[in-house]
Amino acid sequence: MLSINPFAALSATVSPAVMQAYVVVMIVLVVAGTLFEVVHKGSARYFFQNMRNSKAKGARALGGSELVSIAVQTAVVDVLASGEFCNPRRRIAHLLGMYGFVLYVLATAVLVFEPAAGAIWAQLWWLGGLMVCVGGYWFWFFIRVDVAAEGNSPFRLVRADLFILSMLASATLGLVWAWLQARGSAGTMVVFGLYILATTVLFAGVPWSKFAHMFFKPAAAFEKRITRADGTAENLPTQTRDDPEQQKRHSMELLQNAPMDMGLGIKREAPRHY
Amino acid sequence: MPTFVYMTRCDGCGHCVDICPSDIMHIDKTYRRAYNIEPNMCWECYSCVKACPQHAIDVRGYADFAPLGHSVRVHRDEQKGTIAWRIKFRNGTEKNFLSPITTKPWGQAIPKLAEVPGPSKEMRDGELLYSEPKYIRMDDGGLRTLESAGLKMKMGVYY
Repeated sequence: MLSINPFAALSATVSPAVMQAYVVVMIVLVVAGTLFEVVHKGSARYFFQNMRNSKAKGARALGGSELVSIAVQTAVVDVLASGEFCNPRRRIAHLLGMYGFVLYVLATAVLVFEPAAGAIWAQLWWLGGLMVCVGGYWFWFFIRVDVAAEGNSPFRLVRADLFILSMLASATLGLVWAWLQARGSAGTMVVFGLYILATTVLFAGVPWSKFAHMFFKPAAAFEKRITRADGTAENLPTQTRDDPEQQKRHSMELLQNAPMDMGLGIKREAPRHY
Repeated sequence: MPTFVYMTRCDGCGHCVDICPSDIMHIDKTYRRAYNIEPNMCWECYSCVKACPQHAIDVRGYADFAPLGHSVRVHRDEQKGTIAWRIKFRNGTEKNFLSPITTKPWGQAIPKLAEVPGPSKEMRDGELLYSEPKYIRMDDGGLRTLESAGLKMKMGVYY
């Protein structure tokens, strides 16, 4: 079951050209939705304005090699390793969801456009879907702020949940459909219909969901690193104790013999005490 | 000068909710981000500003007395045991402070008060406070003074 291309088996009912057209339409919807959001919310205008302001206030100008180094750090730490998360559980759930979703979407496109693709792509499709489910349900039922901090029911839904829920529904229904189809069970097409509905909501709902964060967040992380490098740091303090110049301060006298890593204080425990 | 949250920076972790002594930092039910539910009741204690790992909370001065264009931002670095402040005045002056918040690794120097024997009647009726005279070192060469440390009192403000 795990090595069979579920879309190849489906081609008896739905023409491959229709499936390929659907994938193309979804890609167009994501691009159009993101562009609409950029224009409607003025996010790109705000981003570049903020960059210009920061550059004007910056204590020093950044060279080309520094910018490349910052871009690499952003890509490796903030994007590929979800480095902006402070809560390790959220970070792991995000990594599972992110890599799972990339695998799931990529494998879907390969399986639809190349029905004879090797068994590895079908296995990657299953793996990606399962990773999205593990990371997503873990997040939804146990980590989500509304549940973890405010103690609300995990079943209370608002518009902000559009992205995570449609993604979970798409991955879950996709896996259930492939499983039912492999077993030859009744009701396969009903689940397939629901899978297509959830997937369409996921990709067509970009202007209303947080889908576009996968494009905006890396830009914001890059800007944050730039402000730290040019000294503006969004007006945050930049002086640290490991700087030998700062160690000479009178106020640092008490910490002269203290270890540089004091461990964690209030952050030793997750914030859920009230 | 109540606190407010930069919604794009907040990730809703709940540290501010947990630490707020007025219990006025809550998670918004629609946007899942923290917000100050009652700015009038804010003590301006800065606990949430310091606790926020994303620096998503700032303090807004009331327009009638806070100079526009100023900035007071703080970074509490638990692991290094320091707190840093950066104060920007609207005329461009900038002041930076760096101070210790602990001198020992966190959680390793907690006094075991439960194991301390209760005070005797004599101690209860005495003038000395708990841990005196030990902690003011009256039983160890007398009170520490500038003179005993080889220092001299200087007049005026000096650095």
